[in-house]
Amino acid sequence: MGAVGTTPAPAAPSKLRSGGRRLQPNEIRGLIAIAILLVVSLAILPAILSVYWVTVLTAVAYISVTALGLNLLMGRVGLVSLGQIAVLAMGAWIFSKLSFSTSLPYPIVLVLTGLITMILGTLVGLPALRLSGLYLALITLMLAGAITIALRTMQFPNGGPGFLGNDPNSSAAVRRPAIAMSDPAFFRYTVIVCLVMFLIALWHVRGKPGHAWAAIRQSEPAALAAGVNITLYKLWAFALASFMTGVAGGLMASDVGRLYAISFPTDKSIVLLAVVLMGGIYSLWGAVIAGAFYSLLPALLDDWGLPADLLTILFGVGIIQVLLTAPGGLAQQFPRDMRNLGRLIMRLARRGSSPPDDGRAAA
Amino acid sequence: MMEIEGLTVRFGGVVPLDGVTVRFEAGTCGLIGPNGAGKTTFFNVLSGFVAPVAGSVKAFGEDLLALAHFRRARWGLRRTFQTEQAIEELSVVDNVAMMLEHVPGSGNAAARREAAIEAIEFVGIDVDPDTKVGTLPARDRRLVEVARAVVGKPRLVLLDEPAAGLPDEETEHLGQVIRRIPEATGAQVILVEHDMTLVGACCETTAVLDFGKLIASGPTDEVLRDEQVIKAYLGTEEPA
Ligand SMILES: Nc1ncnc2c1ncn2[C@@H]1O[C@H](COP(=O)(O)OP(=O)(O)OP(=O)(O)O)[C@@H](O)[C@H]1O
Ligand SMILES: [Mg+2]
Repeated sequence: MGAVGTTPAPAAPSKLRSGGRRLQPNEIRGLIAIAILLVVSLAILPAILSVYWVTVLTAVAYISVTALGLNLLMGRVGLVSLGQIAVLAMGAWIFSKLSFSTSLPYPIVLVLTGLITMILGTLVGLPALRLSGLYLALITLMLAGAITIALRTMQFPNGGPGFLGNDPNSSAAVRRPAIAMSDPAFFRYTVIVCLVMFLIALWHVRGKPGHAWAAIRQSEPAALAAGVNITLYKLWAFALASFMTGVAGGLMASDVGRLYAISFPTDKSIVLLAVVLMGGIYSLWGAVIAGAFYSLLPALLDDWGLPADLLTILFGVGIIQVLLTAPGGLAQQFPRDMRNLGRLIMRLARRGSSPPDDGRAAA
Repeated sequence: MMEIEGLTVRFGGVVPLDGVTVRFEAGTCGLIGPNGAGKTTFFNVLSGFVAPVAGSVKAFGEDLLALAHFRRARWGLRRTFQTEQAIEELSVVDNVAMMLEHVPGSGNAAARREAAIEAIEFVGIDVDPDTKVGTLPARDRRLVEVARAVVGKPRLVLLDEPAAGLPDEETEHLGQVIRRIPEATGAQVILVEHDMTLVGACCETTAVLDFGKLIASGPTDEVLRDEQVIKAYLGTEEPA
């Protein structure tokens, strides 16, 4: 049977065959942006900024990684979690614990923290297998609340006795890597660890898990028809997000030195959701922007003598703007605005050099 | 070859499949019937999205219903959806190549890309394979979905109204593609369509469902002339 009569579809254009995929223009622009960001943050910023601002930027870096976890969950898989700040606190707790009660090298403690947080955080994600949308958001929020309450009673390990390791009178600070004891050096260390986290995320998004997530987000039947084990890949997303958030928690513990449960109120998870949406959930850059909103903006407002409550209003307006006009968030909006601005400048420049009624005659 | 016996599906009071017993011979077979006859439900049973209350499905002698739904792709089951479901976020080639990512033995990334590009050429999509599917027109998305269904080594390809909403010349192209699937891949194809010209052109045999019951099955031209079939379609659509 089969080929009755007519010849097959048009023959293959040769461009299809020419080996693997080439870098797209936007990927090249992305690489350039990463290179610039790295040079500026590793070489320039620590040299010119005061210790205060360096510390603020350190927070921007590890909060970006926390935001990245939520960015992946929401933007790639379509899962909303309001428990990410609790996961961050879990990471910080585990790191403090390991840092005081073991003498393992710093990077190993960091990775172990990530792995343990990954296991616990995946448990937070278990409801995602049955629930989605608002219900999932509520459940994760409640779990986060429970974790926060547990932390309030346990407090953070600070070299005290017993499993909980908390001694109210101790003033010992969480470890930092030997090569990065000073604030600028620790900032650089943090940036590099965060870069590694973003690369892991990118590798996931570009590969088999990213494809499976894209299918799940669009249509679970289509994902199943492609042989995607939906349960496995949803849990994988939670595992990855928790791993990163755990590492971020470890960096935070080292950065801050002395941790208190009140620094992790449950409602911060909602603020995180807001900044992640504003940054943009469909691009990994959105997580960097989110980190800046979360940690840099409050410091700037403070510096300018503006009330911190302004933030709530700003974020509220930002969310409405995202929901109404720019679902891709700033990560998509900004390049578009820049392109428009570039075009406007070009047009102005051209108008300046040619007679104004040029071309109207043709009409 | 597919042997379906006594297949029954119930949604509360609705019985979209009612004791369907039918054989689909190798090659391309048609499955037609008026709206709501149970065609998509039949595909959903084969995909594992809907569990039948009774009946069995043997595909090439194997019990398809015994497999977990997500393992059926590995077995070689492929399908397209009535509302096209190509993954918008992914490029054309990733859309197609990802079908092989969950099938062991499909080779490395380069081999999968190679196979995907072959499938893209097979269905005749003439765009840069790294274009995002979300930016493509309806026709190309349909073809991407068909490419997803034929890439690699499919054994059973289910096409659910692939020509819906396409203009005539696109439908003709699609028909040429569908006709070549069994020969090119060795797969058995079941085509659900309302376009009788396409069914006539692609399918040697055709089965007809009406209100969940099989009312005819046999050589396509005979089936399309069957009085009961014409009666079932009256008021909805006249078979060509
Ligand atoms: N999930 C469901 N729950 C309840 N009823 C359903 C469900 N899916 C389908 N049905 C009903 O089952 C019947 C068969 O539907 P089905 O989609 O299989 O028809 P179809 O032959 O594909 O029709 P069409 O040509 O319009 O696509 C219809 O009456 C439909 O309303
Ligand atoms: Mg249907």
